[in-house]
Amino acid sequence: MSALSIVAAVLQVVVVLVGAPFVVGGMRQVRARLEGRAGGGVGQPWRDLRKQLRKQQVTPRGTTLVFAVAPAIAAGTTLLIAAILPIFALGSPLDSVADLFGVVGLLFLGTVALTLAGLDTGTAFGGMGSSREITIAALVEPTILLAVFALSIPGQSANLSAIVSATLDNPGQVFSLGSVLAFVALVIVIIAETGRLPVDNPSTHLELTMIHEAMVLEYAGPKLALVEWASGMRLTVLLALLANLFLPWGIAGADPSLLAVLIGVVAIAVKVSVLAGLLAAGEVFIAKLRYFRVPELLSGSFLLALLAVTASYFLATPTR
Amino acid sequence: MTVPQPPIGAPAGLHRTSRTLLPEELAGQAASLLEAGFRLGLVAAHDDGATLRVVYLFLAGDPDRRVELQVRLPADNPRIASLAPLSFAASRFEREMHDLYGIVPVNHPLPRRMVRHAHWPAGWYPMRSGAGDVPPFRDTGADAYPFIAVEGDGVYEIPVGPVHAGIIEPGHFRFSVVGESVLKLKARLWFTHRGIEKLFEGFAATEAVHLAERISGDTSAAHALAHTLAVEDALGITMPAAAQQLRALLVELERLYNHAADLGALPNDVGFSLANAHALRIREQLLRINLATTGHRLLRGGIRPGAVELLSLPDPAELDRIAADLAEVVELSLANSVIRDRFTGTAVLTRTQAYDLGCLGYVARASGLATDARTDHPATPLAVTPATATDGDVLARFTIRRDEFASSVRLVKQLIAAAGPLSYRAEPAERSAAEPTSAAVRSGVGIVEGWRGTIVHRVEVAPDGLLTRAKVVDPSWFNWPAVPLSMADTIVPDFPVTNKSFNLSYAGNDL
Repeated sequence: MSALSIVAAVLQVVVVLVGAPFVVGGMRQVRARLEGRAGGGVGQPWRDLRKQLRKQQVTPRGTTLVFAVAPAIAAGTTLLIAAILPIFALGSPLDSVADLFGVVGLLFLGTVALTLAGLDTGTAFGGMGSSREITIAALVEPTILLAVFALSIPGQSANLSAIVSATLDNPGQVFSLGSVLAFVALVIVIIAETGRLPVDNPSTHLELTMIHEAMVLEYAGPKLALVEWASGMRLTVLLALLANLFLPWGIAGADPSLLAVLIGVVAIAVKVSVLAGLLAAGEVFIAKLRYFRVPELLSGSFLLALLAVTASYFLATPTR
Repeated sequence: MTVPQPPIGAPAGLHRTSRTLLPEELAGQAASLLEAGFRLGLVAAHDDGATLRVVYLFLAGDPDRRVELQVRLPADNPRIASLAPLSFAASRFEREMHDLYGIVPVNHPLPRRMVRHAHWPAGWYPMRSGAGDVPPFRDTGADAYPFIAVEGDGVYEIPVGPVHAGIIEPGHFRFSVVGESVLKLKARLWFTHRGIEKLFEGFAATEAVHLAERISGDTSAAHALAHTLAVEDALGITMPAAAQQLRALLVELERLYNHAADLGALPNDVGFSLANAHALRIREQLLRINLATTGHRLLRGGIRPGAVELLSLPDPAELDRIAADLAEVVELSLANSVIRDRFTGTAVLTRTQAYDLGCLGYVARASGLATDARTDHPATPLAVTPATATDGDVLARFTIRRDEFASSVRLVKQLIAAAGPLSYRAEPAERSAAEPTSAAVRSGVGIVEGWRGTIVHRVEVAPDGLLTRAKVVDPSWFNWPAVPLSMADTIVPDFPVTNKSFNLSYAGNDL
C-alpha cells in the first residue's frame, strides 16, 4: 500500500462530504428544470446546511442519548463506508474490511440509529416514520446483500475491491444475465433506501405520507443539518457503489499514481452526476406508489436479486 | 312524479314562503317537507329581545321552492325538540345554535359542544344581542374536550394540526390507527371562528358585501353574490337578466381558477409535482384574467347589492387555449398508472352516505347525487352542462373537476358572447302597499352554486336599512362530515390526497 492509497482514501471521504449536497442540489435542479420551474440552484442544499448549522440546538423534552447521537451514527457510518468503498482507487488502507457484508451492516446501522431516534421522541410521527422505515429496510437490506453477492460470485470474493477488479479484468461479465438482474435489483433498493420516488417523496411537506422525513421530524438546527447531510452522503455513496460495480472504468489501481487518482475523481464525479441526473429525470414522470404497494416492488427486486445469484452460479465462469 | 306540495304560509320573498309555527308543530312540518323532497338548507337563530326565533329554511329545486318554518322560543329558557332523527344536517345546526345562542336541543343524540372550544367561558353565548365583549378565555388544558379513545391491541393515535407543515387552514385531525389502517378519524374544526356573522350586524344592508367577500377567500365572488342576492331579495331590488349573467360569469371564473389549482394539487399529493407546476401556471393565467375583469385577482369588487361592474370581458380564444392546456395536464396525469392506482377506489363516499349527510357540490356529484343551484335555484337561466360521476372515490372527485372545468369554459364563452354593457346599477324599489310595511323587518335569501357547491345566505334588514342578522352556510358545512366517513378502510398515507379531493373550506365552515 502506497502513501497515495492513503491520500486517495482520505480524499474519498472529503469529496463525499463536500460533494453530497451538490448531488442532492443537482437532482433537485434537474427536476425543477424539467418541470418548468427555475429551481433553487445546485448550491441550495449547501446554503440550507449552512443555515441549519448556525441555528441554536433545540432538543425535544424527554428524549435521551439515543436521539442525541443518532445523527452522528448515521453520518459516521456513511463516512466509514465512503472511506472503505473503492470509489477513486482500489486497495484502500481499509481494504481488508471492504467487505460487502460489512458495508451492508454499516448501512443498516445508520438506518437503525435513526429509527430508534424516531421512536425515542415518543411522538406519533416519529413512531409512524420508524415503523415505515424499518418495514422498507427489512426488505431492502437482504436485497442489497443478495445483489452484491451475485456480483461477487465471478470474482469469488465478497471483497468489494476484488469484485471491481474482477469486472475490470473481465469486462464482458457486466452484460451477463446475473449482472443485469443484480443491477436492476440494486437500482430499486437504492431508490428505496435513499427515500426517492416512487417509494418516498423527498420533497413532501405532508406529514402523513412521509417515511424518512417523518422519522426525523423532531430534529432541528445542527442535528437536522447532520441528518440531511448524512442522507445526501448515503445517496452519493450508494450511487458511487452502483457505478463502480457495473462501470468501474476510470478507477485508479491498487498502487496508483497521482494522475490516476485524479482521473478516478473525475470519472466517479461524472458517473455519479449522470446517474443522479437520470434518477431525477425519471422522478419527474413517476408518482409515489401507494404505501402498501411498496413491499410488492421490493419483493420484486429481492426476487431479481435471487435470480441474479442463481444465474451467476449456473452461468458465470469463474475467472480465477 | 309527486305533485309539489302547495306552498305553506305567506309569501316572504323570491320563490319563498314563510310560516310561524308552535315549537311542537315543527317536527311534523319538517318531516313532511323532507318527505316531499326538500332539503334543509339553512337554520338561523335570531335574538329578538324577549324571544329567540329560529328559522328553518327548506329548499327544493325544479321548480325553485323555498319554505321557511319559524319558531319562537322564550329567551330565558330556549328549548326546542331536536330534528336530529329527521336530518343529520339539522343535528349540526342545532349544536351550532346551542353554542352560539344557548338554544338547547331536547333529545339531541350528540349534544356536545362544536363551535365553542373548551376554553370559551361557559354560559356566554356570543351571538346573543347582549353578549357584549369577549370575556377572558380560560386555559383548560387538553382534557376539557377529550377525544373518544379507540382501544385495542396496537391501536395508536396520530394527532395532526391545527398547525400544519404546509400553508393550509387550521384544523385538527385525530387518527386512531392500527398499523396503517384508519379505524376512526375525528376532524375538529372551528379554530378559525371569527364571528363573521356577528360582524355583519349593524352595517347598512347595501354596504356589507366586503365582509361576504372575506368569508372564504377562494370563494369571494360566490359568497358576495349569495349575500347580494339575499339583500336584494330583502330590499325588493330586481336586476335585469343581463346583470345576473355578468355576475354568473364572475362565479364561473372563480370555479375555473379553483378547479385548475385542484387538478394539479391532487397529482402533487401523490408525488407527481409535474402536473402541479403546470396547473399553477394555468391558475396564474386565470388570476390575471380575473384581475383584468374585475380589478382584483380574487374577483372582489365586481358584485354589490344593486350593482355589477366589470372592467373588461375575458378573451374567449385565451380561455380556449387555457382549457386545452389544462385538459392536456389532466390527461397526462391520468395516463400515469401509478396515479390512477392511487386515485381509484380511494376514500369512497357512497351515494347513500352523501345523501344522508346532505353533501353538496362536486363531492355530491362525484357520488352520483344531482345537485346544482345553477339549475335548482337559478337567479337567471344558465345553459349548464351537468357533470356526473358515480364512484365517489378520489378519481371521481378528480374527473368531475376536469369535466366541470370544461363545461364552465363553455358557459363562460356563452356569457361573454351574450354580454352587453359591463355595468348595471339599480335603485331600491319602492315597497308596494301589498307587501309588508316598512316598519317590519324584511328578510331575504340568496342561493348560489359556488365552486365548492351550493352557498345559502339569509339576511334580515331592519326598517332603518341596517342588517340585523346574516346567516351564512358554505357547502363545506355540509361536506366536512363526509371526510372522516370516507376515510374508513383507507390508509393513513392516503389522507392528504383524500382531504385535497374534498378541498373544503375551514374559514367557510368555522365562520
